[in-house]
This record gives sequence, C-alpha cells and structure tokens, in this order.
Amino acid sequence: MPQIFHPAMNTVARLTVFGAAFGVVGTIVLFYEYSRSPFQTEVNVVREQPVQFSHEHHSGQLGIDCRYCHTTVENGPFANIPPTHTCMSCHSQIWADSPMLKPVRDSLASGEPLRWERVHDLPDFAYFEHGIHIQKGVGCASCHGRVDEMPLTWKAEPLTMEWCLDCHRHPETHLRPRSEIFNMEYSLPEREQNMVGKRLVREYGVQSGYYLTNCTVCHR
Amino acid sequence: MRAWFGLIPLAFLAGCRNDMYDQPRYEPLEPGSHLIGPSSARPLLPGTVARSENRVLGAFDTGLSNGKLTEELPLKIDRAVLERGAERYGIFCTPCHGATGDGRGMIVQRGFSPPPSLHTKELREAPAGHFFDVITNGHGAMYSYAARVPTRDRWAITAYIRALQLSQNAHVKDLDPEDQARLAEIKP
Ligand code: HEC
Ligand code: HEC
Ligand code: HEC
Ligand code: HEC
Ligand code: HEC
Ligand code: HEC
Repeated sequence: MPQIFHPAMNTVARLTVFGAAFGVVGTIVLFYEYSRSPFQTEVNVVREQPVQFSHEHHSGQLGIDCRYCHTTVENGPFANIPPTHTCMSCHSQIWADSPMLKPVRDSLASGEPLRWERVHDLPDFAYFEHGIHIQKGVGCASCHGRVDEMPLTWKAEPLTMEWCLDCHRHPETHLRPRSEIFNMEYSLPEREQNMVGKRLVREYGVQSGYYLTNCTVCHR
Repeated sequence: MRAWFGLIPLAFLAGCRNDMYDQPRYEPLEPGSHLIGPSSARPLLPGTVARSENRVLGAFDTGLSNGKLTEELPLKIDRAVLERGAERYGIFCTPCHGATGDGRGMIVQRGFSPPPSLHTKELREAPAGHFFDVITNGHGAMYSYAARVPTRDRWAITAYIRALQLSQNAHVKDLDPEDQARLAEIKP
C-alpha cells in the first residue's frame, strides 16, 4: 500500500492537535481578558463633556462637600447630578464671563439642561443603590477612587459583577466609620482594617456575605 | 452547498441585541422623548408641596407666624437636631460663610462677594424666621437653597447658627463657676 501521508505530516498532525487545544483555550482566555480590559469596562476613560468640570478643582482644592452637588447620595439609589442652578450659585460671580462656562450660563437662561455624558452606567438588569452603601459605611473612594484628584471624571473600578461580589463576600475588608465616608484619603493598614471592619459589621448590622451574594440582591 | 449550512449559526447572532442592557424605561435625568421634554425629570410647578409635607402650612413650613417672621424655632431642639444642623451647615454654608460664620469662606477668598458676618448685631437680633427665609428664598447675591435643603434641615441649620452666635459672643460670666475658676488659674 502506498503511503498516503508524507512523514512530515506527523509534525502537522501534532501541530493541529496542539493548535486545536490551545486555540480553544486561547480564545477563551482572550475573551476573558478582553471582557475585563479597559477596552470593555472603560476604566480610566475620560468622556467628552459639555463643560470641562473638574472635581480636582472643586472638591480637591476648594474643599466643597460631595453632597453640595450630589444631594441624594445618602438616602436614594441615585446620587444626583447637579442642576445648572447649583453651578450658578457660585458662577453667577466667579468666572462669570469665562467662555468655558458659556454653556452653563446659556442653560440657565434657556432652561435647557446641560447634557453630561454618563461615566458610570450599569446595565438596566442590575440594581444598584447608593443609600444603603453610604449608611453601612462604604466610602465614595472605595468605588470611585480619588475623585478629588480627577481633572475630568473617569471610572476607577470596572463595575463588573465580579467586582461587586468581591466586596459583597467580605464587606468587612472595605467598611469605614460613617464619619469617614466622604474622606478621600482614608485608609488603614490591613490588620487594623480587619479589626475595625469586623466591629463595624456588628455595629451597623451589616448583612452576611451569604445574603449579599444572592442573585436577587442585584437582579430584582 | 454543504458549506452554506455552516452559516446558519450566524443567523442566530441576529438575535443578539442589547435590549436588556438598555431597557425601555427612563433612568433618572435621562433625556426625554419629544413628548416629555429635554429631561425625564420634570421641573416642579410653582407651589408644589411634597406629599410628605402635605398638611396645613404653619410656621414650620413658611417661617411666618401671624404674617410676621417667627421669633421662635418651631421644632424641639435637642442634640440630634443641632448635630444635623452642624453637618448641613458644613455642607451648604461653609463654602461662603466659613466654618465660624465670619463670612470668609473658600469661595469668598476666590472672589465671591463677601456675605456679612453672622455675628453682627442685626443678625443676632434677627428673628429665627429670617434665616429660614434666606435659605428658602435666597438673599441678594445668595441663591435659594430650597431645592437642596429640606424644610426640617433649614430649621436645624438655623438652630446651629444660633449656637454659633452664642459661641462667638460668649462672656466669661456665662461659664460655670468651676470653669471660671479654672480660667482664672490659667490667666496670669
Ligand atoms: C460642584 C459640584 C460637584 C461636587 C462638589 C462634586 N461633584 Fe461629582 N459631579 C459633578 C458634575 C457636574 C458631574 C458630571 C460631570 C462629570 O462626570 O464630570 C459629576 C460627576 C461625578 C461622578 C461620575 C458620574 C457619572 O457620570 O457616572 C462621580 C463618581 C462623582 N461625581 C463623584 C463625586 C464625589 C465622590 C465628590 C466628592 C468628593 C463629588 N463628586 C463632588 C459635580 C460635583
Ligand atoms: C461652591 C462654589 C462653586 C460651585 C457650586 C461650582 N463652582 Fe465651578 N468654580 C468655583 C471656583 C471658586 C472656581 C475657580 C477656582 C480657582 O479660582 O482656582 C471654579 C472654576 C470652574 C471652572 C474653570 C476652572 C478650571 O479650569 O477648572 C469651570 C469650568 C467650572 N468651575 C465649572 C463648574 C460647573 C459646571 C459647576 C456646576 C456643576 C460648578 N463649576 C459649580 C466654584 C464653584
Ligand atoms: C458600592 C460602590 C459605590 C459607592 C460607595 C459609591 N458609589 Fe457612586 N456609583 C456606583 C455605581 C455602581 C454607579 C453607577 C450606577 C448606575 O449606573 O446605575 C455610581 C454612580 C454614581 C454617580 C452618577 C449618578 C448615578 O447615581 O448613577 C454619582 C454622581 C456618584 N456615583 C457619586 C457618588 C458619591 C458622591 C459617593 C459617596 C458618597 C458614591 N458615589 C459612593 C458605586 C458606588
Ligand atoms: C466596597 C464594598 C462594596 C461594593 C464594591 C459593592 N457593594 Fe453593594 N453593599 C455593600 C455593603 C456593605 C452593603 C450593605 C449590606 C447590608 O444591607 O447590610 C451592600 C448592599 C447592597 C445592596 C442592598 C442589599 C439589600 O438588599 O439590603 C445592593 C442592591 C447592592 N449592594 C448592590 C451592589 C452592586 C450592584 C454593586 C456593584 C456595582 C455593589 N453593590 C458593590 C458593599 C459593597
Ligand atoms: C452584588 C451584586 C450582584 C449579585 C449578587 C449578582 N450579580 Fe449578576 N451582575 C451584577 C452586575 C453589576 C452585572 C453587570 C456587569 C457588567 O456590566 O459587566 C451582572 C451581570 C450578570 C450577568 C451577565 C449578563 C450579561 O449579558 O453580561 C449574568 C448572567 C448574571 N449577572 C447572573 C447572576 C446570577 C446567576 C447571580 C446569582 C448567583 C448574580 N448574577 C448575582 C451584579 C450582581
Ligand atoms: C455661594 C456663597 C453662599 C453660600 C453657599 C451661602 N451664602 Fe448666605 N450669603 C451669601 C452672600 C453673598 C450674602 C450677602 C447677600 C447680599 O446681601 O447680597 C449672604 C447672606 C446671608 C445671610 C444674611 C442675610 C441678611 O440679612 O443680611 C444669611 C443669614 C445667610 N446668608 C445664611 C446662609 C445659610 C444658612 C447658608 C447655608 C444654607 C448660606 N447662607 C449659604 C453667600 C452665600
């Protein structure tokens, strides 16, 4: 019987088997990495905004409290984006002729709201609520990073389900006293954090990781 | 021909849409359709009263009693109210009025027209309703804070301003005799 395959085909066959296995795994790894990469999660991506509003300026340097603008963050699901009136309570006089602030003045005059581009936007099938996190001792910086150092706002965390669950499994690793919620610099060494965290879990009656990882907590 | 069957799975991709990511409902402040206007959040009509505040309007809601600014604070003052007032004052008033109420807050240092000190004779003698009225309706260059400071918080802030005024105008003879003695010891 004549040989159908040339001996060199052995190498090709091995390569095919090898390639098939690794190709499949590689594709999975690629998808896995891609879905968590900044391309997909848009971490550290800055949006084009109608006004170059800077948290670094307003929160960092001027020390304005987050709640001056994000009024409903303590009690509601939605943190609130300030209306034009809030900006104008200062900019009626400060930089009142600046071309940078022209859209703000136009908006007040016409009643047409400014259209801020959302930086964080969960899919509609996931439920998030600010109030409970603030009341139970999760600081803004744990989820939004050092907002007071951002000249334009970006996402500091991926907001994937994996990320939510990492904290929901072990809330004590992230809790802080309520008085430090708005403190952007607060951080404790790990051992101390675990001690304080465990105490706060008891004090604030924080639910267990078992409850907090139920699908219905976030998909309701 | 057979090869074309391989394309059938592709047809299923046509089912992949993002409907569940962006469901047909409004998120807060989302731009509205042409029926609704520029934002899904509608501006309040003049005179709107929040449902939770739906009752006969008294001094607590208007700052007026018998048509005049009320002298008395129309709520019970305790430690919790004062602490709430201190917190809200810190958020909404310190940028301009400063932590002690001297009118030299950060925004004033950056060029905002300076407000009067809260410790002038007029403001110390002003009725409580005046502070409520200023927060609700604004005053000259100061805008209204009614949208951001609910009624009860306005009174809490007023109560705290009263405490600030006391703190900046305290006399030695207001202290306990014990503390007076201690003070005399410290003073050379
Ligand atoms: C002077 C008003 C003001 C203050 C004070 C302020 N913000 Fe903002 N914030 C805004 C405005 C306006 C936007 C929308 C524009 C943007 O995304 O930058 C915004 C956007 C944000 C966003 C992104 C929202 C999105 O689109 O997903 C976060 C997060 C945020 N702020 C957190 C904070 C935190 C934390 C603080 C306190 C340290 C703070 N802000 C203080 C006005 C303010
Ligand atoms: C509590 C007062 C206050 C409020 C409220 C406020 N600003 Fe400002 N803003 C300032 C001050 C003061 C400066 C100037 C800072 C300086 O002098 O360094 C400034 C500067 C700016 C600048 C230009 C400075 C720069 O280069 O970053 C922009 C743009 C601006 N603000 C936008 C806004 C917008 C939009 C809002 C509403 C969401 C707003 N501000 C609300 C006080 C305020
Ligand atoms: C547990 C994590 C977490 C904490 C703590 C947190 N945020 Fe958020 N924030 C989010 C998520 C997630 C979103 C996106 C919500 C959405 O898309 O529905 C968001 C959105 C926002 C927005 C955009 C408006 C909105 O509500 O969708 C602002 C403004 C904001 N956060 C400010 C703050 C401030 C100020 C604090 C501190 C008081 C804070 N956040 C604390 C996770 C957090
Ligand atoms: C840094 C920690 C942390 C992160 C990150 C976090 N959470 Fe939470 N979450 C908590 C804590 C603590 C509670 C309070 C539990 C309680 O009620 O005692 C909570 C409570 C909740 C609740 C209310 C639970 C209930 O039924 O009482 C929801 C909903 C929720 N989180 C959604 C989310 C979502 C969605 C994300 C991701 C976008 C997220 N959380 C990220 C710490 C976190
Ligand atoms: C702490 C909150 C939280 C809990 C608990 C949670 N999820 Fe999620 N889930 C999310 C968030 C937030 C997203 C959106 C992530 C994103 O945008 O990448 C999500 C996305 C998903 C998706 C992906 C949808 C898609 O098309 O990408 C599935 C499926 C899902 N969750 C199923 C579950 C199941 C099943 C459970 C229970 C075992 C569960 N989730 C528990 C927050 C949660
Ligand atoms: C953006 C800066 C700014 C902020 C924030 C601000 N004020 Fe004022 N306030 C002013 C200015 C300016 C005046 C002087 C107004 C005038 O006479 O034109 C003033 C005046 C006043 C007066 C004196 C009115 C009189 O009879 O002369 C009171 C009382 C007052 N403010 C209370 C408050 C309280 C309470 C808050 C917090 C809820 C607050 N202000 C927040 C700028 C501010």
